Amino acid sequence: MPDIQSMVGEFLNMLKKRKIEGSQATARQTAELLRSVISQQRVPHTNQAGALIDAVKAVGEQLIAANPVELAVGNVVRRVLHIIREEDLSLTTAVMAGLDLLDVSDDEDDCKRSSHPAMSAAVVAAAARSTLRPPSLQTLLEGTPDSATVPYTSSSTGDSEGKSKSADKSSSTRKLKHDVIETVNQLISEIATCHEQIAEQAVEHIHQNEVILTLGSSRTVLEFLCAAKEKKRSFRVFVAEGAPRYQGHLLAKELIARGLQTTLIPDSAVFAMISRVNMVIIGAHAVMANGGVIAPVGVNMVALAAQKHAIPFVVLAGCHKLCPLYPHNPEVLLNELRSPSELLDFGEFSDCSTLLHVVNPTFDYVPPKLVSLFITDTGGHNPWYMYRLIADYYSADDLVV
Amino acid sequence: MGAQRKGAPRVSEDVELSRQNLQAILLADSFTTKFRPVTLERPKVLLPLVNVPMIDYTLAWLESAGVEEVFVFCCAHSKQVIEYLENSEWYSHPGFLVQTIESHNSISAGDALRFIYDQQTIHGDFVLVSGDTVSNMPLTDLIQEHRERKKKDDKAIMTMVIKQSKPSLLTHQSRLGTDELFMVVDPSTKQLLYYEDKTDQGKGTICIDKSLLMNNPSISLYNDRQDCYIDICSPEVLSLFQDNFDYQHLRRHFVKGVLVDDIMGYKIFTHEIHSSYAARIDNFRSYDTVSKDIIQRWTYPYVPDINFSGYRPIKLGRQGMYRASEAIQSRSAEVGPFTVIGYDSKIGSGAKILNSVIGDRCSIGSNVLIEGSYIWNNVTIEDGCEIRHAIICDGVIIRAGAVLQPGVVLSYKVVIGRNFVVPAYSKISLLQQPTEEDSDEELEYADNSSGTADISSGLTKLNIQTASEAAETDSWTTSELGPGGAGYIWEACEGAHDEEWKHSVAPIPKDKLAEITQATVDDEDMLAQDDGVLPPSGELKSDADSLADNEYSNDDYSIFEKEVEATFLRAVQENVRVEHVILEVNSLRLSFNMETADCTGAVFYSMLKTAMDMPHNAANELKRNAESVITRWKGLIGNYVKQIDEQIEVIMKFEEMCQESAKEFAPLFTQIMHFLYDNDVLEEDAILKWAEEKAGADESDKVFLKQADKFIQWLKEAEEEEDEDDD
Repeated sequence: MPDIQSMVGEFLNMLKKRKIEGSQATARQTAELLRSVISQQRVPHTNQAGALIDAVKAVGEQLIAANPVELAVGNVVRRVLHIIREEDLSLTTAVMAGLDLLDVSDDEDDCKRSSHPAMSAAVVAAAARSTLRPPSLQTLLEGTPDSATVPYTSSSTGDSEGKSKSADKSSSTRKLKHDVIETVNQLISEIATCHEQIAEQAVEHIHQNEVILTLGSSRTVLEFLCAAKEKKRSFRVFVAEGAPRYQGHLLAKELIARGLQTTLIPDSAVFAMISRVNMVIIGAHAVMANGGVIAPVGVNMVALAAQKHAIPFVVLAGCHKLCPLYPHNPEVLLNELRSPSELLDFGEFSDCSTLLHVVNPTFDYVPPKLVSLFITDTGGHNPWYMYRLIADYYSADDLVV
Repeated sequence: MGAQRKGAPRVSEDVELSRQNLQAILLADSFTTKFRPVTLERPKVLLPLVNVPMIDYTLAWLESAGVEEVFVFCCAHSKQVIEYLENSEWYSHPGFLVQTIESHNSISAGDALRFIYDQQTIHGDFVLVSGDTVSNMPLTDLIQEHRERKKKDDKAIMTMVIKQSKPSLLTHQSRLGTDELFMVVDPSTKQLLYYEDKTDQGKGTICIDKSLLMNNPSISLYNDRQDCYIDICSPEVLSLFQDNFDYQHLRRHFVKGVLVDDIMGYKIFTHEIHSSYAARIDNFRSYDTVSKDIIQRWTYPYVPDINFSGYRPIKLGRQGMYRASEAIQSRSAEVGPFTVIGYDSKIGSGAKILNSVIGDRCSIGSNVLIEGSYIWNNVTIEDGCEIRHAIICDGVIIRAGAVLQPGVVLSYKVVIGRNFVVPAYSKISLLQQPTEEDSDEELEYADNSSGTADISSGLTKLNIQTASEAAETDSWTTSELGPGGAGYIWEACEGAHDEEWKHSVAPIPKDKLAEITQATVDDEDMLAQDDGVLPPSGELKSDADSLADNEYSNDDYSIFEKEVEATFLRAVQENVRVEHVILEVNSLRLSFNMETADCTGAVFYSMLKTAMDMPHNAANELKRNAESVITRWKGLIGNYVKQIDEQIEVIMKFEEMCQESAKEFAPLFTQIMHFLYDNDVLEEDAILKWAEEKAGADESDKVFLKQADKFIQWLKEAEEEEDEDDD
């Protein structure tokens, strides 16, 4: 089994050197690393959750410090912490509920099977939570009984088999750890499949003969557009090239390869072209708790242009991009300045560099009022609803890791 | 079968080649003394560059570029380097092996490579860099390129990385403070054909072997490329160093040696990088430029706000201002753009900091002005100091009111006294300047073994001294650095004094620039005057030939004149017989293809020159000298004045000399002319003809004609009288 410390070290190094690009890859790797941290962590009999939380926090702090700009790292760390708390809560409530057959002292691996077709741990947890905390908007609106609230921790992929199994094992001391790992696995698959989840909704948003504008390159956007294409929607795409990294060129190439009618335009032509556009679709780097978006540089300009022409501005974001922090928080590093060499050749200006200052920011901040709709893997959301969605994913205790 | 057998090992070899660990040699010693006095106490690679030791930049880059094994070659202060590496996180990096090689008697890069060769640790292509390289260039493609070339051509043993960087037109210096570099590269293969970094700037010319033009269909000559000192080498490089035990310097000896040597036929290739950054810190000026590049983020991701080594990152604010979160800054202090402020540093009220780097735990008093300076850790600057373009090492204390003029370097723990003004470009250290200076700059190498040992004991001694008996005459005089000061001001090395401004942290001062501008303008004027300049390429037409010819003969005449003068001087000294001298001059005339008139001029010139060189006090004595020489060598000059034209040549020559090279003769012009007339060197016809010719000349040319007026009048009268007599 690989040494956990060296694994952490390696990942830290990659984060520091900015070698991992893209929030999805970062999020997946972070989740996988935390899973192995949890699985290797020895847990005491008492306060198991505390031990796990401490272990995850210790690693998480380092990871966040290694690349504070990549918010997905912090998001995943907080998600995992939240999962531990939830599972712990569900266990304790299960105990409190007085399921008589539980024998806590029994620390043997072979478990006593509960004869009760007990409620699954998550359901219990949800019930317990609803007593501790005001119910979420979703619960209120849907007005369904407690059992219906299950999906939002474990998402739609939560399989009953795992839950019943975990409920069966509730007597074991390794139960908590096992449950946590199970749920982290769900998180990982959730991150891995978020593109498909989002893309499934494409047909609801893209209509026949529409013109879609996007900027830069985002895999989520690519999948989204292709999904609509596969459903026999015919539409056109305008791609703004996204200077200075010109990732729009890559996206345009991909789109053409998939048989989509594509027009490539320079960033500066966005305002001129926007009047012909029906919808702007953008991939986000991160979504803040107030509904503001951190996206590739140039997107704010597109958003303003879209607002001017009253064109819907849609942001696609997987759940790992939802960040529980607010952008006015001084701890949040919103931007990263990259090397000026992407803008100009070093040699050209080498003799006047004392007077010349080249700024090459990576991201833009788009305020929530410019965003019309967020599409996450759980569906479409209004920007003002984001804080509520985020509250479902993270515990308030973990906001400051 | 045979073919198969042949094929099999080759495949495995290829696999081996690609699988082979990529190794790098990092020379943690520059083998120069450009960073003295700082490097007397700490090796150069550990000097902080924007608060992170230089070697960390190099290692971080090598690590991320895919190098798996690094041999750090330590020589001067090897203990410090090894200790630093042991405490750093580089030893614990997975998949990145750092090993140190220690040697105490290597005094050059050549010695270092020979030492490494003996260790037998390198088995394949390797990257050769020095520990003061800052770069973010990717290496994988370059190494692939090198390996493929090597496979095709055994002789391609090295690939050099170059980068565009225009040298300044005035100082012929790159922005890194190194001299202008001339390279000839084959444009299609990128093979390096010529490399010259020590050009004669006075002349502005370089000489290229014409065989370069003959052997290559096309060549490109660059002077706007900068050598990054990053080389991809094959193992042959090491063995070449082993074979040529006199190779010391990587460029001056090795590269030039390989380029010149056509027996082995080894080749060096170049690789130009465009978007990525690479530079080597060679002197204080490049320290300044590279620091600025780092702050401007050209070296991304090796920038202060990213934690690429074990150091705490510093958060980037607006306008390129990096400030550690713990730094305490007074509200009234002004911190300008492109400034770095380290952890736990305090900045007092009214302080003004511009374009500077401030290390950790520094305390800066109120109303201090710091501009363009590099202040390392634990420095105390008291109220009201002014610091411009200086490097200030760890532990320095600058007392209130002191002023540092541009270009100052303060080494470790120096104390500058109250209100003391440190003159520009001075270097101050607690250690005395080593007196024994080696003649060869390359061999002038930090005497580390003694130096390092001395420091600790020396320092404690110093502390005691400063504490107890500051007033008493210590090992240094207190007056040297103001009241309470501690340290020696180093004398600038001879000859290097003028060059000091070139390599200093301070920008080149305006008056210096003006001076150079003036000089270059003068140069151009001069060149333009003596039509020696090559016309701009477009103008090389038919008249170019005549131009060149003209210049050629001009030149030849002066050489001929010199030869004649030397011959004559020897004749005077050895009292050679006149006939022999005539013979010699005649043979010179033939060999230089000159006219007899030329000989006349040259001989006469030599005679008067000899007369002038004899000791004399007054014009009278000079005249007597001249007369005696002419009398003595009448036969010689007489041989060349048989025709009127030649006699006129003598007068013209004499006139020219009086105007230019031998002004002392000017007042004696008429008298000597008269003397020559009396001695039958000149005939009256010649003199009169000269006078006639001159009559039409400019006023300024008539000075001597006027002087000789009476003499000429007299001659004319005599002639008339003669005529009358004849009647």
